[in-house]
Amino acid sequence: MTNSVSIRDLSLSFGAVKVLQNLDLEVHDGEFLVLLGSSGCGKSTLLNCIAGLLEPTGGQIFIKGKNVTWEEPKDRGIGMVFQSYALYPQMTVEKNLSFGLRVAKVPKDDIDRRIARASEILQIEPLLKRKPAELSGGQRQRVAIGRALVRDVDVFLFDEPLSNLDAKLRSELRVEIKRLHHALKNTMIYVTHDQIEALTLADRIAIMKSGEIQQLDEPMTIYNRPVNLFVAGFIGSPSMNFLRGELAEEGGRTVFQTHGVSFSLDGYDADSPLTPGRKVVLGLRPEHIHVDNHQVGSEMHDAVVDIEEPMGADNLLWLKHAGHTMSVRIGGAKRYAPGAKLQLSFDMTVASLFDAETEERV
Amino acid sequence: MANISTLNTTAAGFDAVAADVSGPRGRRPKRALSRRNIILYGTLFVAALYYLVPLYVMVVTSLKGMPEIRMGNIFSPPMEITFEPWVKAWGEACTGLNCDGLSRGFWNSVRILVPSVVVSIFVASVSGYSLANWRFKGSELFFSILIIGAFIPYQVMIYPVVIALRELGVYGTLTGLVIVHTIFGMPILTLLFRNYFASLPVELFKAARIDGAGFWQIYFRIMLPMALPIFVVAMILQVTGIWNDFLFGVIFTRPDSYPMTVQLNNIVNSVQGVKEYNVNMAATLLTGAVPLIVYFVSGRLFVRGIAAGAVKG
Repeated sequence: MTNSVSIRDLSLSFGAVKVLQNLDLEVHDGEFLVLLGSSGCGKSTLLNCIAGLLEPTGGQIFIKGKNVTWEEPKDRGIGMVFQSYALYPQMTVEKNLSFGLRVAKVPKDDIDRRIARASEILQIEPLLKRKPAELSGGQRQRVAIGRALVRDVDVFLFDEPLSNLDAKLRSELRVEIKRLHHALKNTMIYVTHDQIEALTLADRIAIMKSGEIQQLDEPMTIYNRPVNLFVAGFIGSPSMNFLRGELAEEGGRTVFQTHGVSFSLDGYDADSPLTPGRKVVLGLRPEHIHVDNHQVGSEMHDAVVDIEEPMGADNLLWLKHAGHTMSVRIGGAKRYAPGAKLQLSFDMTVASLFDAETEERV
Repeated sequence: MANISTLNTTAAGFDAVAADVSGPRGRRPKRALSRRNIILYGTLFVAALYYLVPLYVMVVTSLKGMPEIRMGNIFSPPMEITFEPWVKAWGEACTGLNCDGLSRGFWNSVRILVPSVVVSIFVASVSGYSLANWRFKGSELFFSILIIGAFIPYQVMIYPVVIALRELGVYGTLTGLVIVHTIFGMPILTLLFRNYFASLPVELFKAARIDGAGFWQIYFRIMLPMALPIFVVAMILQVTGIWNDFLFGVIFTRPDSYPMTVQLNNIVNSVQGVKEYNVNMAATLLTGAVPLIVYFVSGRLFVRGIAAGAVKG
């Protein structure tokens, strides 16, 4: 697979503040890559560097094998979609779409042809004569995507394109962007802080924190095998349960101990040796803890329901166990009153263990 | 209504319901002569009087003949309305050797006003745009220096400016005065435009750059059409400022191209002959007419433009 965008040793600092530090990233041809992180992690800065709107202080950027580090944004073969749509308010939709082409002095009939194609793909033909102010948020964002589409670019850059929309529209447009990617097969780089968008859209996700990529992998790998405590806590809602304790030896088997309670680690796929006495953090996702189910795991733990949060499709229980408060996701049909006693079992094949000091996966 | 009456008459035990129905309901009544209204409208009335009485005296005096003025009743309306003073002020009043009235000064002022307003607004809007969007090395420093310039009294700069214009060979010419007005309008206008352009979403600028537009294309095709309200504000500020200017007009022009304000002063303050109060009043009203008309015509746009600078568009 060839690389569409490759970033080598990229650094950017504003004065003393280092936003990006020696960042390397390879984006494959036709790949949908999501940059995910909380605000201020440098994900939008990285996107602006790729677009050429910010000048890096060090490193190189290649797009389609061409070194574009010093190129103007228009010469990079990129199109960009912004969170605030950034449609020119005084121009009609048609003029908005054609602005870039008119600036580049593309022949009139060519412009018309490209607008016809883009507006057909995005289903915005009836809107062409309207001004942006007369459009709804979803329509505006569609036009903004169209503006990138007409320019026949290699790489699409999305800067939190759905964050200004309400929840319903967001999920609709999310599906449309995915469909668009399947149809066009362009490389797309998508910045978001919404993990649902990241998990649903991405071929690969790059999770960023303070200007560095923490983990770059397929969504399911990131979800099931986070490389460190930060990634584990960032992905997943409600967030993963973390139990602080240490490893111990019990009857010839390695177990995890916290507050005098032992958890068997049978089935855990360890990256490094599980030496007894090591301080670790056990991470368990709410849906990987089972209630009154004797099929999973080798041992049962008694727990007490603290509070219950019914969410319709499923039901979130907050439990007290082994000195920690844990959240457990169960089917929506089962209800538990506060104070109810139940038995827990744990699926260690999908659990995560992190070193308490380095916070890296064990 | 039938429901309410049946409720009241038939159900004796439903006192609570009846009280709900007959209690406060709908819009709360307002008293026209409340204390708040008296204070509010009283203050407004006094303030309006404060500004309108002098104007009234001027208008009335300008419509009287000299004999009537000498009677000393400055508040009484004219017994015999005459437009003679207006005609004289416009076309016959003497300043020095010229006796062609204010009309000469009016056209001089127009000749000064139009290029000064156009040039100063263009220069300031371009620099405001580049300061807001094309942050270059030292742009903040440059901006600070410009703002400090606004706080230095004009009098301090007059002599250096005179020398500078002389060395450039444009002292005493219209070009020289246009340059002076452009320079002295820069601080406040640049601040105005910079803040307005900075309040526009930066994504618009980024999108235009990705679309391949350069410095001037973004200015003319994206920024300019969006900045109309602030252009109106700048225009009003400059038209009134330059029209009312006296100091630069008297220093940087020669007598035959004196602006209207300078000529007005020469008419009103002339020490020879009789003081023609009616002509003076008419001349003053004529001079003040231009800014007044500008305000009346564009007042609404002015307020909208000021507000647009504060609120994100």
